[in-house]
Amino acid sequence: MEVLIYLIPIALFLGGAGLVAFLWSLRSGQYDDMEGPKWRILDDGDLQENSTPVEAAKRKVS
Amino acid sequence: MSAPERDWAAFVTNTDDGKAHMDLAVDGITCAACMYEIERGLQKLDGVEKARVNLSSHRLSVDWDGEKTNPSPIVDLLQRLGYKAYPFDPAQVKSRGDAVGKEILRALAVSGFAAMNIMLLSISIWSGNASDIDPETRSFFHWVSALIALPTVVYSGRIFFRSAYMAVKTGRLNMDVPITIGVLLATGLSMWQTVQEAEHAYFDSAVMLLFFLLVGRYCDHLMRRKTRSFAENLATLKAESAAKIQEDGSALDVPLSKLSIGDRVLVRAGERISVDGKISTGTSEVDQSLVTGETLLQPVGEGDLVYAGTMNTYGVLEIEVTAAAKGTLLDEVNRLLETAMEGRSKYVHIADRASQLYAPVVHAAALLTLVGWIMLGMAWQPALVIAISVLIITCPCALGLAIPAVQVVASGLFFNERVLLNAGDAIERLATVDTIVFDKTGTLTLPEASLSKEHGLSAEQLELAGRLALSSSHPLSQAIAKATGAQQALPDAKESAGKGVEAVVDGMCAKLGSPAFCGVSDEQLEQAKTQQPDASFVAFQSGDKPAQLLPVGQFMREGATETIQKLKTAGYTIEILSGDHKGAVEHAAQMLSVESWQAAMKPQDKIDHIEKLKAQGKKVLMVGDGLNDAPSLAAANVSISPVSAVHVSQAAADAVFLGDSLAPVMSALTISKKARWVMNQNLAISVVYNLIAVPFAVLGFVTPLVAALAMSGSSIIVTLNAVRLRMLAGSSTQPNLEV
Repeated sequence: MEVLIYLIPIALFLGGAGLVAFLWSLRSGQYDDMEGPKWRILDDGDLQENSTPVEAAKRKVS
Repeated sequence: MSAPERDWAAFVTNTDDGKAHMDLAVDGITCAACMYEIERGLQKLDGVEKARVNLSSHRLSVDWDGEKTNPSPIVDLLQRLGYKAYPFDPAQVKSRGDAVGKEILRALAVSGFAAMNIMLLSISIWSGNASDIDPETRSFFHWVSALIALPTVVYSGRIFFRSAYMAVKTGRLNMDVPITIGVLLATGLSMWQTVQEAEHAYFDSAVMLLFFLLVGRYCDHLMRRKTRSFAENLATLKAESAAKIQEDGSALDVPLSKLSIGDRVLVRAGERISVDGKISTGTSEVDQSLVTGETLLQPVGEGDLVYAGTMNTYGVLEIEVTAAAKGTLLDEVNRLLETAMEGRSKYVHIADRASQLYAPVVHAAALLTLVGWIMLGMAWQPALVIAISVLIITCPCALGLAIPAVQVVASGLFFNERVLLNAGDAIERLATVDTIVFDKTGTLTLPEASLSKEHGLSAEQLELAGRLALSSSHPLSQAIAKATGAQQALPDAKESAGKGVEAVVDGMCAKLGSPAFCGVSDEQLEQAKTQQPDASFVAFQSGDKPAQLLPVGQFMREGATETIQKLKTAGYTIEILSGDHKGAVEHAAQMLSVESWQAAMKPQDKIDHIEKLKAQGKKVLMVGDGLNDAPSLAAANVSISPVSAVHVSQAAADAVFLGDSLAPVMSALTISKKARWVMNQNLAISVVYNLIAVPFAVLGFVTPLVAALAMSGSSIIVTLNAVRLRMLAGSSTQPNLEV
């Protein structure tokens, strides 16, 4: 059972890392807007003219 | 006179490195496309560094280089894109960043982390106890649990401890008192058991209890935040600012918080007066319907007092800002409001009432258990363990979730019906209502004047009247212009202030204005007035034909008759108390077939009447909007005001409904009745749970495993039962419109 001496701190560390990650995301304002970001990924406005994702992919291939 | 320059400095926060920041409430955002459009448009502006729309709260935050640009092009651009935007006054938005919500969420995260890890250890112990765990390992696990639990209880429990301390200090008993006792005893007992190397420790129960209760607390907070941020947006979009007259004579638009007593403010024709003050120059007529309920215009001149919320009609006024002077209407309203608010704070929430019954019973049961076991010959230590386990298992986990869970689901339903709640406990108070008192002006009727549908003009004449009306800033003309949808003003229209507008069209003279201006005889006017006592009349004359009277007034809200009818069928007693004159109130009461009505009521009269009803044992819902209604809104058992109400009334009301229809009042009552029914069910479930659990605990059968199962089981049941309210309430009666 001596292995517990290592395993429990490891388990606590992993859980603690999750907690720290959550607190960081909270502090950086990621929960301020729960509605907008899911739409932002669909916005193509930041692409160059005439470059739909498909065309951009084609250019990369050729 | 052109619109005054706006004082941007009041709305902008400057950072040290020369960057400027501003938050705006934006009206008209309906979907994600609006978000892209605004952000992209703003980012193209020279000097703008960051523009981000918050799609949940409909707010925009912009950062720009203070040297390269200023806020004017930003707001102009939004206007061109078709959005109405108004910056927040940083002094008024206290809740920026939502500090309270983040504190609860942090506590929730910490207790969640702790609950998971302690449960990992506890399950090992429980299975080990059933098989072959050695005492050293168990003790080690207990110590690790203690190491996680103690800081968690201190950190996450703060929220409850603080509230319990405040309650006890003021001699009250709320839900947080038994929670605090339960958590502290569970932790203390477990610590003691750990030191004694005993078999059972209850660290998991203590931490899980905190976790479940914090979930309830956070849901409750989310509900409040959602409605509060909408209320703040609405208040900001109303642009509560005033044109302050500078020393050099120019006018500068400043937010109300930057005005002080003695400042002079300019109010142009057709503008709403935003301050209380004394007129220093100018004469006009003011529409006081939002303040006194009186629909007739009142002439004012130099030295007269005017109140915030009244509408200036035709003259330009210069107003000196005063504090509420003794003996004025505003002073009286404030005084009455204070007294009425005191009365309301005596109301005890259903959850706190439940815990007032519950805490003594449970604590007495625990004490009896202790005494009983000792008398039966048990040593005091194990007897104490059993007694504390009674408290742990009865700790009001389900009770703490029973009411908030229902409130959260119900407030979501209210939101769909376009009702915003100011107070969570409004739901339980709405459910008991049997008498509804309506104010007339602005509540049963629309807040703004509109043209009656029975105007008797041909389409051509109507168009001409509308185009004439565009040239005047008088509220009655504006109502006509709005009703006709006229876009183009007539090029050579001349306005005579206080009388009317005239123009030459196709060689004929067309006039729109006061009846006297168009040569209407007194008899004709009297006759029209008896037919429609709730309307004001604007006369229209084209060429040599006799003038026609256009009734303009604050007519009934959409669905008012149906809603009143439905309320009566549902068994509510309806009354109308109005500050308006008798003829108008009588007419409205007849239209709505309400038998009980009173006119020309002063704020004190309204309160007296409501108190009388309350003394008869009636539960009164007050629906009103004016400044004169504010004290009675606070005096009634529960109150609702329309979104067009004056600020004081909205703050005094328990709920606010949006839009022009009166139907939300009916929906609010229906939903709250169902919500109350589910609350009662949840309380009953909690009682049944305790009736089953307590005998086991008293007999000493409650191990930490049983406590954990019972606690999470009962919490999940009450939460699921609350969600069932959605199905009970059925589908929404109105389309889910964005504000």
